[in-house]
Parts: sequence; C-alpha cells; structure tokens
Amino acid sequence: MDFFLQLLISGIVVGSIYALVALGFVLIYKATGVINFAQGEFLMVGAYICLGMVTTLHIPFWIAFFMTMAVTVVLGLVIERVALRPMIGEPIIAIIMLTIGLSSVLKCCVQLVWGPNNRVYPQIFSQVPIHIGPVVVSQVYLWSVGFALLFLGLFTLFFRYSPSGIAMRAVADDQQAALSMGISVKKVFAMAWCIAFLVAAVGGIFLGNINGVNISLGFFGLKVFPAVILGGLDSIPGAILGGLIIGVLEALTGGYLDPILGGGTAEVAPFVVLVVILMIKPYGFFGTEVIEKV
Amino acid sequence: MSANICGDYKTSYKEDMVLFQTTFSKFWIIAFVLALYVVPLFLGNYVLYVANMICIAVIGALGINILTGFTGQISLGHGAFIGIGAYTSGYLTMKLGVPFIVALPAAGVVTALFGMVFGIPSLRLKGLYLAIATLAAQFIIEYLMVHLEPITNGVLGLLVDYPSVFGFSFDTDLKYFYLTVSIAILATLYAKNLIRTRPGRAFIAIRDRYISAEVMGVNLFKYKLMAFGISSFLAGIAGSLWAHYVTIITPEHFTIGVSIEYLAMIIIGGLGHLIGAIYGAIFMVLLPEVLRLMSESMSGQFPMIVNMFAAIKEGIFGAIIIGFLVYEPDGLAHRWQMIKAYWKLWPFSY
Repeated sequence: MDFFLQLLISGIVVGSIYALVALGFVLIYKATGVINFAQGEFLMVGAYICLGMVTTLHIPFWIAFFMTMAVTVVLGLVIERVALRPMIGEPIIAIIMLTIGLSSVLKCCVQLVWGPNNRVYPQIFSQVPIHIGPVVVSQVYLWSVGFALLFLGLFTLFFRYSPSGIAMRAVADDQQAALSMGISVKKVFAMAWCIAFLVAAVGGIFLGNINGVNISLGFFGLKVFPAVILGGLDSIPGAILGGLIIGVLEALTGGYLDPILGGGTAEVAPFVVLVVILMIKPYGFFGTEVIEKV
Repeated sequence: MSANICGDYKTSYKEDMVLFQTTFSKFWIIAFVLALYVVPLFLGNYVLYVANMICIAVIGALGINILTGFTGQISLGHGAFIGIGAYTSGYLTMKLGVPFIVALPAAGVVTALFGMVFGIPSLRLKGLYLAIATLAAQFIIEYLMVHLEPITNGVLGLLVDYPSVFGFSFDTDLKYFYLTVSIAILATLYAKNLIRTRPGRAFIAIRDRYISAEVMGVNLFKYKLMAFGISSFLAGIAGSLWAHYVTIITPEHFTIGVSIEYLAMIIIGGLGHLIGAIYGAIFMVLLPEVLRLMSESMSGQFPMIVNMFAAIKEGIFGAIIIGFLVYEPDGLAHRWQMIKAYWKLWPFSY
C-alpha cells in the first residue's frame, strides 16, 4: 500500500508538470491551430536558462526564476515572428515539420552554449523530507505541484476574466469573427506562443530541480502528446486531467510492470494508451468533435 | 529528340498518361540509367558507399512519399517500419537460414502487415491525430525492438551477413551497388506506374478532398490502408537492403530521428513529386557527409568543431528544414521545374 501511495505521489508530481506543458500545447493549438513538436525543447531551454543564471551569473534562484520567465516571453515572440508567422495558412505537415526543425535548432543552440553533459541545479529546496502519513515526500515535489497548480489556476482565471484571455478564446473560436470585432489575431498568436514557452519553462525549471538537466529533456515534450490526446487537443481542463492521468499511469507501470517485463514500460505505456484512445475516442475526454459534412 | 518550342501538345488522355512525356526526356532518362550501371566501375569505395546509402534512401523515401505526399497521411513512424524490415530480413537469414532472395520480399510483406495494422486508425483520424498515432507506432515498435530479445537480440543488436543469391555473394561496395540501384530503379518505375493507375489517382483524390473522393466512389478505407501497405512494403525493402549492407542492426538505428529524416527528405525534395523523393534522398544523404568533410578540414583552426559536430549537424539540419519550408515549400522538384521552364522560353521569359 505504501509503495502504491509513493508511486501515486511521484506520478502526480510528474503529471502536474505534464499538465503545465500540455497547457502551453493546448493553448497554441486552440489559438492558432498549430501543433508544436518543439514544446519539449521549450522546456529544456527554460531549464537551461535558469540554470545558467543561477550557476554562472550567481543570481539567487527566485530572481532567476522570474527573469527566466521574462526571457522566455521574449524568445517566444522572436520564434513566432521569425519562424511561425510566415507559415500561417500552410498545410499541417509543413507546420509539423517546421516545429520539428525548430526543435533541432534549439537543441543545437543549447548544446553549443552549455555542452552535452548532464548538469544539476545547486540545492535550492531543503532536502529534509516531509512525512504525510506513511508517505515520504521531498520538498521540491511539493513546490512543483504547488507552482503547477498556481499557474494552471492563474491561466484559467486569465482566460475567463481578462480582456486578453477573452480575445484569445474569441480567436480560437472563429478567427474571422474575432478580426471583425477588432481583435488583432497576430497579437493573439504571438501571445499564445509566449505563454506556451513560459509555462514550459516553468515546468522545465522544476523538472530540472528534481532530475537535473540534460539534452534529452526535450523528449519529455513527446510524452505530452498522450496527455493532450487523452484530455482532448483543445481543452484546458482536459490538458490538466490528461497530464495527471499520464503521470500516474507512468509511475504505476514503472513501479509494477518494470520488474515483470524488464524496464522501459513507463516510456511506452502512455503511447499504448494513446493508440487505444485514438481507436475508441479519438477526440479525448473534452475535445471538440469535428463534424464533417459536404 | 524533338525540341519543344511552344510546350507539349496533348490531344488525348492517353497521351497525357504516357510514361515518358517527350522523346527528349526518354533519351536522357535511359542514358542516365545506363550511366548508373557504367560509371560505378570507375568509382572509389567511399563514393560507392554513399551511392548505396542514397539508393536505399530513395526506396524508403518513395514509400513515405506515396503515403504522405500522395495520400496526405502524415507518418512519423517510417523509421520504425524500416527497422521492422531490417529485423525481419536479419532474423530470417541468420536464425532461420532463409535465402536472401526470399527474405527480401518477406521483409517487405511483414513490414506492410505492420504498417497496415497501424494504418487502421487512419479511417477515423486525419491530419494531426494521425501524425500522433504514427508517432505512437514509432515508440511502440522501438520498445518491441529492444525487448523482444529472442528475435532482435535487444540492445546488443543482430549481426547480419552480406547477401548472396544462388552462390553469388554481394560482398563488395560495387557488387552491392548493382543490387541497390536495380531495386531503386524498379521501385521508382513501380511508383511511377502506381501513380498513373487507378489506385494512384484514388490516393491523390483522397489527399485533395477526401469527401469528394468518397462521393465519387473511392473506397476510403481500402485505399488508405493500401497506401499504408505499399509505403511500408517499400520501407521494409529499404530496411532489408540496409541491414545486409551495414551488417549490424541495433534499435538505435531506427529512432524517431530517422522517421523525421525521411519526412524531411520528401519535404526538401518535394511532396507529391516522385522525383522529389530522389532529390530529397540525395540531399539528405549527402548533407552529413559534406558537413563532416567541412568540419574535418576546419578542425585545424577550430578544434572545438569536432566535439560539437553532432550538435552543429542537428542545428544545420533543423535550419535547412525551416529554410525550405519558409522559402521553398514545394521543394527541389518544383525549383527544378521552374529552372526548366525558364530555359524553355529563354531569352523571352515573359
């Protein structure tokens, strides 16, 4: 039982980071109709920038954390302007390949600046574990879940009440109607990429604090696909639920099936679930079903 | 060799469908094919190695172009399908002692079956969702390659021999080149003919407007599955040829990176142009070789380049993809057509 709870907790922690990254993913899809294969690399870039500020420039962690958020917003703007704006209206495969190319370029930049080796964050969160009943939880886990929930909550409020959030929802719903109401669709697209980069970076910083950072962190982005498909590509609550489910599923299969099947099941289980979901309920739990007619 | 002063006149559908559009092109294509068989006799082993890799890549790229370029179904799992072909052929020849001449088509058939299984969701899924489904196929097959140890030997990899057919062993780069180039030419001819006939027309109709295609009596499910089957068959053949050439196959040869490389080939070459698959394959095989030669020549002045080579290669790869998508979205095939069109009317190009 304790083993189960322990797995559950670590699953929820990783799942909440999945949810954060998935949020950025869903946001881009909702506002611009583009799927972003570079989301994992956004996460990696964010983690490395924060690490660089803390270790090389000796900026205190919390200041570096907020500075990283500022930097990623700028990066998001630049990437949208340079690479993605020319692609508006192009077929899906072109946009998929563009984001894949983008991910290669980002990986290259990170390796040129920081080298290919594994790097660890200096100890920021106290190592003293916290006991919740029979389960032991390290403090960095609690911080990650806390921040993930905070950001997910903030963005839910942002979309519901702020004018920019409402503008984004309007664009997502109908670009032409939004345009004729005086909403700048270009501005909304730029904002979507900024927010996506920002939330991915926050996820990356916490993931880096848990596991260290290396170049394969970008792979984390691919695992977000099962999460978003499970919840529905265009639903924010779906992203949160899907992220948590995939995180827990991964932890449980890793804990229970790995000893039987010999390793690596946690990597592949989300994708098996993904295929099953696509076969029986292709639009996920909350995704909008596209009705096609002549 | 008629010079087409004012374009090609076609007065019937039959004329429009002939294999060689003009006598001029017929002459040059046959001359090119003859050159492919004669010139290698005078080439070194390194050039032949690159040429072999290009031929294998052409076969794979033709496959994915039929699926993605002509039928409009994005596949992110082509690398894994090539892996299935490689493992099938390796397992059949090495562990069961099946002759290569049987193992090669068998690799194609097994891969086609796998491809069709993962193509089943294609009836309900389109665009992004299908791309993600094939991505899942990639990871599931990769997992199986590592963990089905009785067949694949896991991460240690499978050792494969050079193929021999009726006692004739393809054990040098030159002999192997004749094998790969012949199969590549056959595959190109097959693809060219496929596109001219009913299934090919159906593929294009599905890509352009699948609802209209269905209304016109195209059986969507049948042709979508067929596209998956044909595409994976060619991938399996490419995988088998690759396995017997490199002689050791491990799961890390067939990662998502390979799938992306093949997708990049047809984008750079030209989606939906058969010739594009060939241009793309040549481009993507030559690119790392050229980069390697450049980095070797520059390593004297900049020693760090050697360490950073993998990263730089990846970055340039990404930048080229982005550049092509932004500035040349129709690929090299389209650019070549534009150049031809320019010269046809030169100097009166208006």
